[in-house]
Amino acid sequence: MGSYKKIFFALTLTSLIGTAAHADERYRPVQDEVVKKECGSCHMAFQPQMLPKRSWQKIMDGLENHFGEDASLDEATLQHVRAYLTDNAADSGWFGGKMMRGVRDNETPMRITELPYWVREHKKEVPVWAWSDPKVKSKTNCQACHRDAERGYYDDD
Amino acid sequence: MIKPFIVALGLGTVAFAGPVQADTILPEYEAQARAADPSFSGFSAERGQAFYLKDHATGKAETPSCTTCHMGNPTQAGRTRAGKTIAPMALSQTPDRFQDVKKVEKWFRRNCKSVLGRECSPQEKGDFITFMKTQ
Repeated sequence: MGSYKKIFFALTLTSLIGTAAHADERYRPVQDEVVKKECGSCHMAFQPQMLPKRSWQKIMDGLENHFGEDASLDEATLQHVRAYLTDNAADSGWFGGKMMRGVRDNETPMRITELPYWVREHKKEVPVWAWSDPKVKSKTNCQACHRDAERGYYDDD
Repeated sequence: MIKPFIVALGLGTVAFAGPVQADTILPEYEAQARAADPSFSGFSAERGQAFYLKDHATGKAETPSCTTCHMGNPTQAGRTRAGKTIAPMALSQTPDRFQDVKKVEKWFRRNCKSVLGRECSPQEKGDFITFMKTQ
């Protein structure tokens, strides 16, 4: 038993160190099943930490015209999803997060892909032609390049 | 002894859950269509096909037709504008389609508004499903 405990402790320690060392582009994966299903049918269910509360509110207020499609929900589901997104938004905790860098308080960004931080990170590493690859199709398609995006892992660049 | 029992139970559930729900949705639309128009004489796969392939362009500019995201050949997988794969609409390829009434109504409501700019009539929905059953 003693040796098992030692191995377990060592593994835990290793994973903790590993996490700390690579904690660059990791976001808490969406845990809520309703949110996963309702936000993840047409596109990946984006981690709510990527936009501030005010953005999620505005997005949830306008689902009848959601980037060119009707994505309306029944009232109960709408309230559930809205609560999850705002409770876990970029500005919900003590740490605003780097996604909020350069976003002014009086601005309400509607697309993650237009955040200054997102634009800068992708300009550095993604050639323009890559965006017109049919496998990518849309900037919304995180998983085309970030294979573990759904699990909140974006360090694979 | 327990294993065969569980397997038998599993098979029984699958056999039971399938057909019961699949046949509830069309009669429901049929009743609605008849209530809206007493001269209604049944759904048509041909009308459903024409509706599916038509360039409606009366809804949102981004989604002029069903085939903006679903394929012209409904036995093939479609793709959302955001790049996500959509299982084929054809029942032969995706047998569990059109079984969950809430799900079917949700997507007709949304997609009809996106493509046509209005909700679809019970006849349009029934024609659509009738066409997909032949595919």
